[in-house]
Amino acid sequence: MKQVWAWLALGAGLIYFILPLVGMAEFSLKMRRGVYSFDAYAKVLGDPKFQETFGYSVLMALFTIVFGILLVVPTAYWVRLKLPGLRPYIEFITLLPLVIPAIVIVFGYIRLYNTSSWLPLTGTATGTNILLMFGYATLALPYMYRAVDTGLRTIDVGTLTEAAQSLGAGWVTILARVILPNVLVAVLSGAFLTFAIVIGEFTMAALLNRPAFGPYMQLLGANRAYEPAALAVIAFAITWACMGLIQLVTRFSKHTRAQH
Amino acid sequence: MTRPPERPRKRLPLHWLGVVPFLLFALLFLVLPTMNIVLGAFRTPEGGFTLENLRGLNTQSIRNAYWLSIKISFASALLGSVVGFGVAAAITLGGLPKFIRGPMLTFSGVASNFAGVPLAFAFLATIGPVGLVTVFLRTQLGLDLRLMGFNLLSFWGLTLTYLFFQIPLMILIITPALDGLKREWREAASILGATGPQYWRMVALPILFPSLLGTLALLFANAFGAVATAIALTGSSLNIVPILLFAQIRGDVLGDPHLGYALAFGMIVITGVANAVYIWLRARSERWLK
Repeated sequence: MKQVWAWLALGAGLIYFILPLVGMAEFSLKMRRGVYSFDAYAKVLGDPKFQETFGYSVLMALFTIVFGILLVVPTAYWVRLKLPGLRPYIEFITLLPLVIPAIVIVFGYIRLYNTSSWLPLTGTATGTNILLMFGYATLALPYMYRAVDTGLRTIDVGTLTEAAQSLGAGWVTILARVILPNVLVAVLSGAFLTFAIVIGEFTMAALLNRPAFGPYMQLLGANRAYEPAALAVIAFAITWACMGLIQLVTRFSKHTRAQH
Repeated sequence: MTRPPERPRKRLPLHWLGVVPFLLFALLFLVLPTMNIVLGAFRTPEGGFTLENLRGLNTQSIRNAYWLSIKISFASALLGSVVGFGVAAAITLGGLPKFIRGPMLTFSGVASNFAGVPLAFAFLATIGPVGLVTVFLRTQLGLDLRLMGFNLLSFWGLTLTYLFFQIPLMILIITPALDGLKREWREAASILGATGPQYWRMVALPILFPSLLGTLALLFANAFGAVATAIALTGSSLNIVPILLFAQIRGDVLGDPHLGYALAFGMIVITGVANAVYIWLRARSERWLK
């Protein structure tokens, strides 16, 4: 009896989740009348605007990941090592982006860093790009920090630090060559998740007027019929790839650890 | 020849310097921008204190927008919680084969991140005017969704779409809590003569109650702040708060910026309250689920 209910719940869930995916996949193939074809994909992939915006978003994602790692890893490490009393407060700050909607944060950016402010970041394209990267880093902060902090929990930070120090290592060496390799899996998990978030992000890029992938998708959706479905399939594949890579590195790390 | 050990010098406590870059970042790009909005909501253009901006929210159209937003967020959070709980219970306690659990959790991770613009496209292609399901129902079963009153650009349409990321989020959050239900409790209950439903009603659900309500609050905030899906789905035709604020910031609607501050402030208050409930209830539920 229990199993019947379990299968029913699972089945209903599966139908709800698979139908939209089937729907978008089928729709994306229907551009040519009467037959299935990859025309919509050819059209999308051949669009110079697609290549431009997608390249821009990939680049932004990579910068955000590097910045996020440089910001989060030393902080999480330092808090674990020297300031454990501060942990709840830091953790609270990292969770704030889940509370404050992205649209409110970016509204604040526009007000605070406009051309007539003390730090006119939105005045230049480079400045706005940097501001957008900071915005993305903020959005990814809850996931990045949690991943790294969980990774640090599994290693003995204090002993590793003392061992490295007694061999004459400085702080940079400790962080780059002792701590980072030990939490690499956690950092990679956070990085892939950051990538998935940044690549499709719409609100911040649109309101800061940057040529990112998210606003491009929205614009195409407002004007075309079949191409958006193809884009949705591509975006879904990217999200899936990012999650798959997270699983892969996690499993890989378990494998290597088991050999010791 | 050993030198006498140096006397330990009193040093200024400089440990806190290590977190300064992080705190500076959080201050500049998270706290100050938000504070700016909150303070702006109480300021006149000249800089004086006022409640006029908040009073500006009290128009028919803005009240309707908040109400519709709250209804959609609450409905999608409630349905998402119930269905997500059902699926999570099925894969943890329902006696399904073990191999289902892993892929299901991975898929939940994917689906909960598959929000925004592409999600809207997927639903348009499925139950939009010429979507897969719409056409199938019309041509094969003679059911016209539009004549039946269903419209994707409506309360139910948006709720149905939001469920695509709400249910997986519920599964991801509640599965650990369900794993925390100890077998001994179930056995103890059945030794004392409890039936299955009795065990759920009198033991399991009371224990899970704080985490269930807490996750409900989190899902509510999650839906309330969702902008991209709504805009890609409806353009600006649906009157909900995130779309209103987006138009206000873009300058599509020529109003004073201080009304924008007030709108944003209202959003912070609502998501803030929802999350405060979540944090408070999670702290309570952790007492049992260790």
